[in-house]
Amino acid sequence: MKTDKKQYKEMVKKASPKSSTALNCMRAFFVGGVICAFGEVLHNIYEALGASKDHVGAYVAITLIFLAIMLTGIGKYDNITKYAGAGASIPITGFANAMSSPAIEHKKEGFILGVSAKLFTIAGAVIVYGTLSSMVVGLVYFLVQKFSGG
Amino acid sequence: MSKKHGKQTVVFGKPVGIAATASVVGAKEGQGPLGTSFDIVEDDMMLGQKSWEAAESQLVKKAIDLCVKKSNTALSSFDYIIAGDLLNQNVGSVFGLLEAARPYLGIFGACSAMGEGLALGSMLIDGGFGDNILVAASSHFCTAEKQFRYPLEFGSQSPPTASWTVTGAGAAALSHNGGDVVVTGCTIGKMIDMGVKDASNMGAAMAGAAADTIMTHLQDKNLHPSHYDAIITGDLGYVGSDLLLQLLKKEGIDISQNHKDCGIEIFDKNTQDTQNGGSGCGCCATVFASHFYPHLQSERLSRILFVPTGALMSPLSVQQGKSIPSIAHAVVIERRGI
Amino acid sequence: MNYLWAFLIGGGICVVAQILIDKTAITSARIMVLFVVIGVILGGVGLYPKLVEFAGAGASVPLTGFGNLLAKGVKEEVDKIGALGILTGGLKASAAGIMAAIFFSFVASLIFEPKAK
Repeated sequence: MKTDKKQYKEMVKKASPKSSTALNCMRAFFVGGVICAFGEVLHNIYEALGASKDHVGAYVAITLIFLAIMLTGIGKYDNITKYAGAGASIPITGFANAMSSPAIEHKKEGFILGVSAKLFTIAGAVIVYGTLSSMVVGLVYFLVQKFSGG
Repeated sequence: MSKKHGKQTVVFGKPVGIAATASVVGAKEGQGPLGTSFDIVEDDMMLGQKSWEAAESQLVKKAIDLCVKKSNTALSSFDYIIAGDLLNQNVGSVFGLLEAARPYLGIFGACSAMGEGLALGSMLIDGGFGDNILVAASSHFCTAEKQFRYPLEFGSQSPPTASWTVTGAGAAALSHNGGDVVVTGCTIGKMIDMGVKDASNMGAAMAGAAADTIMTHLQDKNLHPSHYDAIITGDLGYVGSDLLLQLLKKEGIDISQNHKDCGIEIFDKNTQDTQNGGSGCGCCATVFASHFYPHLQSERLSRILFVPTGALMSPLSVQQGKSIPSIAHAVVIERRGI
Repeated sequence: MNYLWAFLIGGGICVVAQILIDKTAITSARIMVLFVVIGVILGGVGLYPKLVEFAGAGASVPLTGFGNLLAKGVKEEVDKIGALGILTGGLKASAAGIMAAIFFSFVASLIFEPKAK
C-alpha cells in the first residue's frame, strides 16, 4: 500500500475523536469533591463520637472503603466512574473498587486462584509501589536523622 | 483450469450454497437498529449458565441448533463444524459444540472468524471434501471485557475510539447444492501491521488489513468496486471505516458509495453509548446472518463482498508493547445465477 | 468552611488526574499508582501534611493522601525503632485501609455476582 506507518499514524490521529477533557474535568471535580467533602462529614461525625485524633482518619477510610465495595457489589460503582473518571478512581473509594471488582468477577475461578489471587490484579500495583516508595522515604529519613547528628 | 486468480483470490468451480443462517444476540443488540431481524434475543446475559464463558458457549449452541433446523438437514449430515471466538483456546466454541459431536475445526482469526470460516468451508466443499458444513462465530461482551480489559465492576472510562463487544453468535450452513444465496469465491488476506499499538482503537488497527484485502481482491479479479452492491467490513466502526476509505482513496479506489460496516449497523451510536460501534466475532456473524443474508434472499442485494476484520492481539502482546497486526478475508456472496 | 475546602481541594486533585488520563495515554490503573507514589514523596518531604491540615479529607481521601499516610508512618516508625522502621512503617500505617479493603472485598465476593452491563 502507498501509505506507510508514519503517514498512517497521522491519519489515525486525525480520524480518532478525543474525549471531551473540559466536560470530563468538570465531572471529575464535582464527584471527587463530593466524595472528599463526604469524607470530611464522616471525619466530624467520628470526632463527635469521641474517636481519638489518631484513629479518625482510619475510621473515615474504612467507612469509605466499605461503601465503595458495597456499591461495587450491587454493580453501581463502575457507572459512577464511567461518569466521573478520575473523580471516582482517585479517592480511596477507587482503590476499594479496584480490589473488590476482580474478586467478584473471578469467583467463578475458585477462591484461591480466583478471588484471592485476583484481588490484587490492579490494587496490587498501588500497594507495591506505595510501600516501596515509603521504604525509600524511610531510608532517606533514617540517614538524614543519623548523619545530621540527631 | 486453476481456481486461483491473481495473488490471493480463488473462484470456486461450482458456487457453494448458503442453505440457512441463524443468529442469537443479547438484549442490547436486540434494542439496536437491527433488533427485530435477529432470530433470538436473549434478555439474560447469563443465558441461565453459571459463568459468562458458559453463556457464550450457549449462544454458539443455540445458533448452531437453529441453523441446522432452518437448513432442513440433519445434524449428522454435516461433515464439519468450523467455528471461532475470542476466548483463550476458543473455549467459547469448544463447549458450545461439544454436544453436537461433529468433526470440528476450531479457527482463530479474532473478529474475522466468520470470514475465515466461510472461506475455508466453501473451499472444503468445492474441493469435494464434504457436502454440508456449519460455520459459526461468537463473542460476548462480558467474556471479552473480563479477558481483554478489566473486571466488569471495575470503573474506568474508555476513549471514544473504543468499540463495544457484541454479545451474539451467528451461524451459516454451507451446502454443495441448494440455497438461493451462494459463495462464489474469496480472497484470503495477509496479516497487515500498520503500527497501531492502542488496544482502545481497534478500528484503526484493522483498517489497514481491510484496505489491503479489498484492494487485492479487486486487482486479482480486475473489478471496479461498483461490481458489488455492498462491500461490507466486519467491525471497523466509525474510526476504522473513515480510515479504510482514506487508505483506499490513496490507491485510487473509491468505495464510499457502497461501503457498509457491521459494527456501525448493529448499534445506534446516539442512544446506545457504543462509541466506535460494535465489535467481536459475533458482530459481523450476526449482522450477516440476520441482515445481509436476508437482503440477498429477498433480492434487495444481489452481490456483496463480505470482509470480516480481525485484530490479532492478546492482552499479553499489548502489555509487551507489540503493535496490533490485523487480518481481513473477503468472501464473495451473491444470488445464485446472476 | 472546612467542607468547602475539602470539596475544592479533593475535586482539584481529581481534575489533575483526569487531565493526565485524557491528555496522555496513561490508564486509570497507572494513574492510581502514580498518585500514591506522588503522595509518598510529598509526604516524605513534609509538604503534604500541610495540605491535610488545611483541606482535611480533601487531601487525605484521594490516593495521594494514602501515600502521605505511608510516608508519615515510615517516619514515625524510624523515630520509634530505628532502621527496622524503614521496612515496617509503611505497611503498618496503611494496614487498616488495606485490611478493610481485603476483608470487605472478600465478603463482597461471597455475596455478589458480577452484573452484565
